[in-house]
Amino acid sequence: MEREIIIKAENMVKKFGNFVANHCLNFEVYRGEIFGFLGANGAGKTTAIKILCGLSYPTSGTISVAGFDVYRQREQIKRNIGYMSQKFSLYEDLSIRENIRFFAGIYGLKRDYIRKRTEELLEELQITHLGNELIADLPLGWRQKLAFSVAVFHRPQIVFLDEPTSGVDPATRRQFWDMINRAAAGGITVFVTTHYMDEAEYCDRLSIMVDGRIDALDTPAGLKEQLGVDNIDDVFLKLVRNKTV
Amino acid sequence: MTRFAGFLHKEFIHIFRDIRTMMILFAIPVFQILIFGYVIKNEIQDVKVGILDFSRSNRSAEITNRINASNDFEVVARYYSYAEAEEAFRRSEVKEVIVFEAGFSKNLYTHNGGAVQLLLDASDPNLANLIGSYTTATIMRYISELNHQGISIPHPTVEPRMWYNENLKSAYMFVPGTMALILMLITAMMSSISIVREKETGTMEVLLVSPLNRWQIVFGKVTPYILISVVNACSVIAVGNLVFGVPIHGNILLLFAEALLFILLALSIGIFISSVVKTQMMAMFISMFVLMLPTLLLSGFIFPIENMPKVLQWLSVIVPAKYFLEIIKMIMLKGGAMAEIWKPTLVLLAMTLFFLGMSILKFKSRLE
Repeated sequence: MEREIIIKAENMVKKFGNFVANHCLNFEVYRGEIFGFLGANGAGKTTAIKILCGLSYPTSGTISVAGFDVYRQREQIKRNIGYMSQKFSLYEDLSIRENIRFFAGIYGLKRDYIRKRTEELLEELQITHLGNELIADLPLGWRQKLAFSVAVFHRPQIVFLDEPTSGVDPATRRQFWDMINRAAAGGITVFVTTHYMDEAEYCDRLSIMVDGRIDALDTPAGLKEQLGVDNIDDVFLKLVRNKTV
Repeated sequence: MTRFAGFLHKEFIHIFRDIRTMMILFAIPVFQILIFGYVIKNEIQDVKVGILDFSRSNRSAEITNRINASNDFEVVARYYSYAEAEEAFRRSEVKEVIVFEAGFSKNLYTHNGGAVQLLLDASDPNLANLIGSYTTATIMRYISELNHQGISIPHPTVEPRMWYNENLKSAYMFVPGTMALILMLITAMMSSISIVREKETGTMEVLLVSPLNRWQIVFGKVTPYILISVVNACSVIAVGNLVFGVPIHGNILLLFAEALLFILLALSIGIFISSVVKTQMMAMFISMFVLMLPTLLLSGFIFPIENMPKVLQWLSVIVPAKYFLEIIKMIMLKGGAMAEIWKPTLVLLAMTLFFLGMSILKFKSRLE
């Protein structure tokens, strides 16, 4: 069965003056999968994710997200995606409930619906008693999980996660990935960038960026087989080494 | 619309949940006007006054007594010629000399009334003006009382003459001046800080990825500050009028319309600042140095522009508060209407459009 393509990038290029952040990227993301964007800091991951989210224009290339064109249909794209940035992105001086209400509100969800879903969500996370606490008073791990819940609250087709787990302890990262898996199982396509190699193993498919180029793209197992190594760490190192030699 | 309402709700939470923000927004304006007001007000106490009485009449003696009896004045010397009075001024022995013309008492009963001249040491302009108006009021009150007693005489002409500073402007400068300062600072500084804060914390990106468009975000951010600034404008005008007796001779609706225009200008400056700086600190410093100091020093608020060196006079042309002060003084003190203030109004409007345009360009280039 042919899988449905939800993000398609052809010859995507982004230049900042003379610096080329994305060299001719070509990739497709299928509906419902967890697509990993792996690369060292500065490899061009964030640049790519910003283009896909409509935060910046590409220099050239043909790109569609959720079936819409990134040049002409940004508004439609925005309605169909969720986004969680590298920086922590909830309001610290608002409570959990207020944050959810605000972010759900700007996506145009109805008030009654928001209220109902909020309680369901708090129950699911087992933090109903913390609902009126300010974000500032929560530990980082919890904030991160909440930020993710808020990013998918309006049930977008795709959620973009830009290094969502940086600075979080391994145990919380594990729980975070459980949430990502649940979201994917619920039909949300997950596009995630990371530089943690262990996280890469959780992705359905993986693209590895080195110096603004996609050097490899396959399932984690496929990549390991291709390069004849037995973990993603070595896949990555081998690709980077090829580059520098 | 509900999205926008949700946005406003969030903005108000930011404001009301932070005590420091609340203090800046509501307490400082009132403190500032009271301080400015009382600094000027307190100085008129036991002002040393000289008398130059060419008429040597009962009426002039009674007025002199009346002046001496009030808490505001103290008659310390009598002179017999202008030369003597001038000498006293030069040595700063008195702040004011009251001159009764020869035949003052007789003239009082004629059709034109008598004439009193006030010589004022205007090296401190605000003070001189206050002294002049207090003296005038005291004399007028005396005549009114005579009228009530059935002695029907017209009010005399009281003509103040400012020495050492002929370009003296109104003493009521501090109410318009404080208003300009508060509106400029609060609106421009607070709104730019609150926008930059979203950039710093990373929430701006999340907003930009959401279906809200850029202008909804910006207007959502600044609308609370418009409302708060209107409240502040009201409280400054109210304190000025009720506590310090600054009159509002002109149309109050026009006054508010102009205040609103100034608020919008301050906002567009705030938005512009937020589009150039990256941190809240920078936003604050720029607001302080680029907005507060010129508003304080170059607008004519504290120092008359006419007395400044030429270079500073040219600089004052780009200070928005200068035009706002012209407008406010014209409306409040002189009862001016649109016919007298369309020029500075136009300048404010042009500045608003300029800064909005610049911000739009800036936003556009950010997207590339």
